[in-house]
Amino acid sequence: MSATANRDDRLATANLGVAVAAFGVAAFMAFMQALSRANLELPGRSAGMYYLSVTAHGVLMAIVFTTFFIMGLGVAFTNAGLERRLRYPRTAWAAFWIATLGTVMATWAIVTGKATVLYTFYPPLQAHPAFYIGLTLVVVGSWVWSFVILSTWTAWRNEHPGQATPLEVYGMLAAIIVWLVATIGVAAEMLFQLIPWSLGITETVDPMLARTLFWYFGHPLVYFWLLPAYVVWYMVIPRLAGGKLFSAQLGRVVFAMFIVLSTPVGFHHQYMDPAVPSGWKMLHTFLTFIILFPSFVTAFTITASLEVAGRARGARGLFDWIGKLPWGDPTVSSVLLAMILFAVGGFGGAVNASFATDSVVHNTAWIQGHFHLTVGTAVALTFMGTAYWLVPRLTGRELELGLLAKVQPYLWFLGMLLFSIANHITGLMGMPRRVFDATYQGSAIAERWQSLTAISAAGGVLLFISSTFFLLVMLGTVLAGKKTASREIQFSETLQPEPASSSIFDRLGVWAAIAVVLVLIAYAYPIYSHLSMPTFGSPGYKPY
Amino acid sequence: MTTMRVGIYERAWMWAAGVLIVLFLAMLGYAAVAQGLRPPSHIETIDPRAVFDDPRFANPGVTAGPDGRVIVTSLAMTFAFQPAEIRVPANRPVSFGLTSSDVQHGFQIVGTNANTMVIPGYVSEFTTVFKRAGEYLIVCNEYCGVGHHLMSSKLIVEAAP
Repeated sequence: MSATANRDDRLATANLGVAVAAFGVAAFMAFMQALSRANLELPGRSAGMYYLSVTAHGVLMAIVFTTFFIMGLGVAFTNAGLERRLRYPRTAWAAFWIATLGTVMATWAIVTGKATVLYTFYPPLQAHPAFYIGLTLVVVGSWVWSFVILSTWTAWRNEHPGQATPLEVYGMLAAIIVWLVATIGVAAEMLFQLIPWSLGITETVDPMLARTLFWYFGHPLVYFWLLPAYVVWYMVIPRLAGGKLFSAQLGRVVFAMFIVLSTPVGFHHQYMDPAVPSGWKMLHTFLTFIILFPSFVTAFTITASLEVAGRARGARGLFDWIGKLPWGDPTVSSVLLAMILFAVGGFGGAVNASFATDSVVHNTAWIQGHFHLTVGTAVALTFMGTAYWLVPRLTGRELELGLLAKVQPYLWFLGMLLFSIANHITGLMGMPRRVFDATYQGSAIAERWQSLTAISAAGGVLLFISSTFFLLVMLGTVLAGKKTASREIQFSETLQPEPASSSIFDRLGVWAAIAVVLVLIAYAYPIYSHLSMPTFGSPGYKPY
Repeated sequence: MTTMRVGIYERAWMWAAGVLIVLFLAMLGYAAVAQGLRPPSHIETIDPRAVFDDPRFANPGVTAGPDGRVIVTSLAMTFAFQPAEIRVPANRPVSFGLTSSDVQHGFQIVGTNANTMVIPGYVSEFTTVFKRAGEYLIVCNEYCGVGHHLMSSKLIVEAAP
């Protein structure tokens, strides 16, 4: 039987294709923003175009690229991990088309200038209904996809009673549960607030309720991006580096902790908001710090697995295993570089999570410096590296332009280093994020930021070159790659023997139930008391 | 096979990570209890369509409050703060009260930790002390529309006589 008989490769490839296309458009938008921020006179440069492109970049990168990539990865890993086709392939295709239609609608609204509301779409800034409906369809598509993956897993479980779920599938299922719990918030915001309001059915919305619902969704969204990247770190990288996974059981602990802790933390995005009681902000602060734990454990397990790989490649000393790792393999180097920057981003995250220090950096350039290390590198660079390994296996074509693929992760690392360091510093100096022109009518205080915005722009140029390399490799592979028969998708073996039988970790319903209880503790009372307070709604504004 | 030894490393690391997190939380808890350092918050609603009739926000500016405190009222709107210039004395508690007449804005005094969201329908309040006399730049740090980057005002902290 061929390697691909039990797989839905066309579906996985279609999802990855939309992801890569969205990435390409968003990367170009980012390039223009970086140059604009440094006050370079570009043709067609205007404030309206700048904010439009910030909106497009945010939506296409943070929502479209990530969601489609994860849907593609989820299909491929479910097929390969369970050695089984999807249970409802046609429903999964429907999910793809629903999400694609939503993407087209939202993108149309953005590029025609009808939705310059940024990816946070805070009301009472009001966008065209197509923007809200389109994004809702993307989420609905992802729900249908979640249903197909979950029901494929339950079918597999019935066919293999008592067996432990393979970790690559377990991590994906964890991401799906996080996503299902989190999207309740944004779905409520869209269906009860923004869609009826943008259609003129309701006259006003409550902006504070919208912020709370958005951030109920907005932080676990981060873990929906991160967990599939962790799956690659745990289950793909040790093998490609020539070693074994240090411990799969620890991986299960990590993913289960993320299921439980991802959502009840959203108020740490609202420290500077009025109308959220101080004590509830405090509770979310505590929970935010606890969620550092699974990432600390991951840092240990992956580093230990890499050391195992380095020693298998002949390292003998204390640190020479680092040099023995295959830094020339674009998938491995992507993840190694992503991990380095993620560590820095993690410490910045502790600054943001502490409300006293957050008051210095809230909504400054520091924040964009921060999340370009986390989602913009830990997740995005991992996904690009994963594509170099996965796309040839899905399409049956060898990777083309291998040299560009080798260089690309390093360019990304360097570009992000410049971009991120410059933005962290200007943020500490008080420069707000997302401004078209940070000169403030010649203010002497704003003048001090200007040389750093030029460094950030230089980083942006490197990132754009890196993005172009990635796109060229993808296009070259799909269009001109040599046909290959080696299409096995294989995952890491573990160093210690894995328990083959299922355990408490496989009872995902239990973990989901604990998550829901924590969400109720963290959110039910604050939302209830907010709704029982007399509030004044806002009509819509379109000052763009 | 060195399973046992490896298990010890693993456990040591997890303990270390746990202790680090507990330490972070203990610091936050200590600051909250001993120093009164808690997340800023103020709960008060206002009709955003009637702010110009509101006694506080119809004439925003600087007034003297009880107990020697200085009260600053500021109104955020696309794309300006009212008043455009605020003068306050150094080394005295200054209480800011802000709201928006249209979309969401941010209010950040550059070079300080004075930073708040300004949300229509709600009043934001915080109190701070400026120790350094001089001119400060106030910027809107939440995207509010095509003129977002033009939205700023000036704070002048005057040395006490």
